[in-house]
Amino acid sequence: MTITPSSVFIYICGILAIGGAVGAVSARNPIRGAMGLLVLILSIAVLFLSLHAEFLAFIQLIVYAGAIIVLFLFVMMLLGPSANPPSDNRAIISRIIGASVFFAAGGGALFVMVRATRKAIVVPPASSDFGGVNSFGQALFQDAVVPFELSSALLMVAVIGAIAVAKGKQPERPVAVISSTPSIKDASQPAE
Amino acid sequence: MDIPLEHYIVLSAVLFTIGGVGFLSRRNVLFSLLSIEVLLNAVNLSLVAFNRMRPQNHTGHIFTFFIIAAEAAEVAVGLAIVLALYRLKRTVRIDEADLLRN
Repeated sequence: MTITPSSVFIYICGILAIGGAVGAVSARNPIRGAMGLLVLILSIAVLFLSLHAEFLAFIQLIVYAGAIIVLFLFVMMLLGPSANPPSDNRAIISRIIGASVFFAAGGGALFVMVRATRKAIVVPPASSDFGGVNSFGQALFQDAVVPFELSSALLMVAVIGAIAVAKGKQPERPVAVISSTPSIKDASQPAE
Repeated sequence: MDIPLEHYIVLSAVLFTIGGVGFLSRRNVLFSLLSIEVLLNAVNLSLVAFNRMRPQNHTGHIFTFFIIAAEAAEVAVGLAIVLALYRLKRTVRIDEADLLRN
């Protein structure tokens, strides 16, 4: 392969994606985590563009960066300082074991993958319309029109469910029961 | 196309591993949701990269499109559940949600 400015830019975007993912999962403050996710999403959109997926790149920008990140930020700001509870070491052993087992599995998969792809995959040339709105829309509405309609139903159900879950119950009786639970915990903690 | 396709796949595997480790090791439910986003982005990248090998059809792109739609639904419901959990327990720690224990 030859090194061109565009390939250097794409590799930089790949490194930015890894950095954003590390920031998203390891930040202390959830707002910083959301910003890391934003970096990841923007870099993935650039990678989509380099893979001839223009329509998906724009969908990625509009849906993820425009809607999902904003939704995350809304919820974090609603929660305020309690979105970042102080950390302690409860269940740390099981967490470390789970994370290291997953890390080992991922590393093993990566090793196998790198060994299996010694010879370069031949990428056939794509037509200039590949991944554009025209051909993608034709493929979507010819092959997958039923799942497309079902996904609209899924989004509708999700919106209604989100409103119903987030609104919660309003009467006083459950509130009294709920508010008694943390106060018992608060009272018992200084005694320990 | 001057970037080998396997580099995209390796990047996708690295991102998936980072997201999985984050999902298993964080206790803040907001970070769990962020890790799920990282996981699904890694999967989307690999699907689009594999579709680049077969430019005759758009199956990977269509899958990615539906994953993005399902993920928008998942985030909406997930964040609503976070708010309900916060209203119930006054915390966003994932292991405080133990009403079904015992």
